[in-house]
Amino acid sequence: MKLQFGRTLIAAAVLSMSASASAADMTGAGATFPYPIYAKWAEAYKAKTGVSMNYQSIGSGGGIKQIKAKTVDFGASDKPLKLEELEKDGLTQFPTVMGGVVPIINLDGVKEGQIKLTGAVLADIFMGKVKKWNDPAIANLNKGVALPASDITVVHRSDGSGTTFLFTNYLTKVSSEWKDKVGSDASVAWPVGTGGKGNEGVANFVKQIKGSIGYVEFAYAKQNKMNYTQLQNKEGVFVAPTEDNFKAAAANAEWDKAPGFYEILTDEPGKASWPITGATFILMHKSQANPAQAAQVLKFFDWAYANGDAMALELDYIPMPDSVVKLIQNSWKTNIKSADGKAIY
Amino acid sequence: MSKSLSSATTNRHYLFDRIFRYTTLLFAFLVFALLAGIIASLIIGSIPAIKEFGIGFVYSAEWNPVTEKFGALVPIVGTLVTSIIALAIGIPVSFGIALFLTEMSPPWLRRPLGTAIELLAGIPSIIYGMWGLFVFAPVFAEYVQPWLKATFGDSQLIGFLFEGAPMGIGILTAGIILAIMVIPFIAAVMRDVFEIVPPLLKESAYGLGATTWEVAWNVVLPYTKIGVVGGIMLGLGRALGETMAVTFVIGNAHKLHTSLFMPGNSIASALANEFTEADGELYTSSLIELGLILFFITFVVLASSKILLSQLKKREGKVT
Repeated sequence: MKLQFGRTLIAAAVLSMSASASAADMTGAGATFPYPIYAKWAEAYKAKTGVSMNYQSIGSGGGIKQIKAKTVDFGASDKPLKLEELEKDGLTQFPTVMGGVVPIINLDGVKEGQIKLTGAVLADIFMGKVKKWNDPAIANLNKGVALPASDITVVHRSDGSGTTFLFTNYLTKVSSEWKDKVGSDASVAWPVGTGGKGNEGVANFVKQIKGSIGYVEFAYAKQNKMNYTQLQNKEGVFVAPTEDNFKAAAANAEWDKAPGFYEILTDEPGKASWPITGATFILMHKSQANPAQAAQVLKFFDWAYANGDAMALELDYIPMPDSVVKLIQNSWKTNIKSADGKAIY
Repeated sequence: MSKSLSSATTNRHYLFDRIFRYTTLLFAFLVFALLAGIIASLIIGSIPAIKEFGIGFVYSAEWNPVTEKFGALVPIVGTLVTSIIALAIGIPVSFGIALFLTEMSPPWLRRPLGTAIELLAGIPSIIYGMWGLFVFAPVFAEYVQPWLKATFGDSQLIGFLFEGAPMGIGILTAGIILAIMVIPFIAAVMRDVFEIVPPLLKESAYGLGATTWEVAWNVVLPYTKIGVVGGIMLGLGRALGETMAVTFVIGNAHKLHTSLFMPGNSIASALANEFTEADGELYTSSLIELGLILFFITFVVLASSKILLSQLKKREGKVT
């Protein structure tokens, strides 16, 4: 028995050594939001090519620090870096998948997706200015819905997160007061409300507190069958959070005019666009000391864009539209080069 | 002729003994080095925040990652208030548990009860947090908070503590969950020290006609006060630094409220929540300074408990 165990150990050691010898594995670190899909892609890619990708979901802030320190092959962030910041550290970035942020509510006698809100009213609720569900601001948008006179309890994320960044970015675009007083970041100084840790924390508080409103990733709202609201988009149309509406937002964004893919998909034009959509990003160094390694990373994402859409949709992520993928591939050609200036992709 | 030790053997033993001595010394100093290292890295890490905000960091209630204005008042108050609630509930309950186990429990019940308490101490804190959020908070919001509000809400003296909507989460909930978490620690230590009280002392008191309460209060407690205070400090240490369980139920809002029903924040839970996505030097450094403050609070608590004990010792045997 003991002998057998010993043999297994040796076999495992030999196996792991041979695996690490055959190809240097890709390593990446960063955002937690895309972790499930990166892990799934990595698994499928390994089954097909034998090359493994090791991704650590340590948070966007950590991902940015790690890629700057060159300890990983790529970093991942839910928040795109501004062009100046990219230039300063010799980095380039590209979006991989998208997600949407959805306001969720807990209100008795209201059907799923029945409540309509505008961005301005949503901002006022999160400012603590609209305090009751039967406030005229909400009632005027929802004629015929019996709104209770109960208090609104605001629920937000307590941890820093890309979801909060997208949500507050949208509020700064639709409310100048929000822009002046609160602003937009991975975590902000919330004027009112209670903080839940992670999407699950927010979803749970909203489920437990009557009359509450919060915001979570679309995937989370869908899987937990949360009651969501419709939102008015830039064209004045009330839209529901659906895959098609997220895609519409991405398709209507002017990616080619956004240097460094610095494009936050909130409040995009288009009749079908869901107003709080956003992509998650990969960060790489422009000048690669080890071109073979960088080529492997690009091959992986190239494969993921071509073959990974179904897997992404299965996990409720929205794949990038093909037109955007073309732009990304072009950006690889012009941006990511070996130390002697040759294009890697 | 008696066999004497050769000088070579003595030398070898002497050398061995010295090596042994210095090895243990090295291990002991390793602890010091670690402590010094942690303090040094906390201080170095928080220099940017100290430079920017100065002493104002401690009493400013603002916490705004967007404008990069940080102050530690809300988490400091949250940490202290939740720990005080935890001890206010935990100490009497633990005292009762320990007293029952050592003085009143039938012998066949002692072992299972004692083991149960030790097992409670071993439950990971995240389990307490999840239980607090999913099980305790809804019940608390449905039954306990409305009752507290109805009973004390109109009181002039303490009514302000129970204002606001009963949400089930907030400072009070965090304090109660912490109390449940520290009870096994305090109770286990109290039981152990109560057990070492010499039976002779207790029997003499009983022989003089003392009640169980009088024996506990006048004989057991004075005899074991160092151990009891030690147990309480152990519990307080856990309450001050508890992270996951508190994060789940405290509500995580950087706002000061007088009401215990409202959400607040503690130092440990602010760190757990915000460290991963904190970008920018000042933000990270402010979080590290929060850690330094927690370190300082723990140090003060430990130091004052030592002082308290030495004061108690001085008064021993004097008529009060």
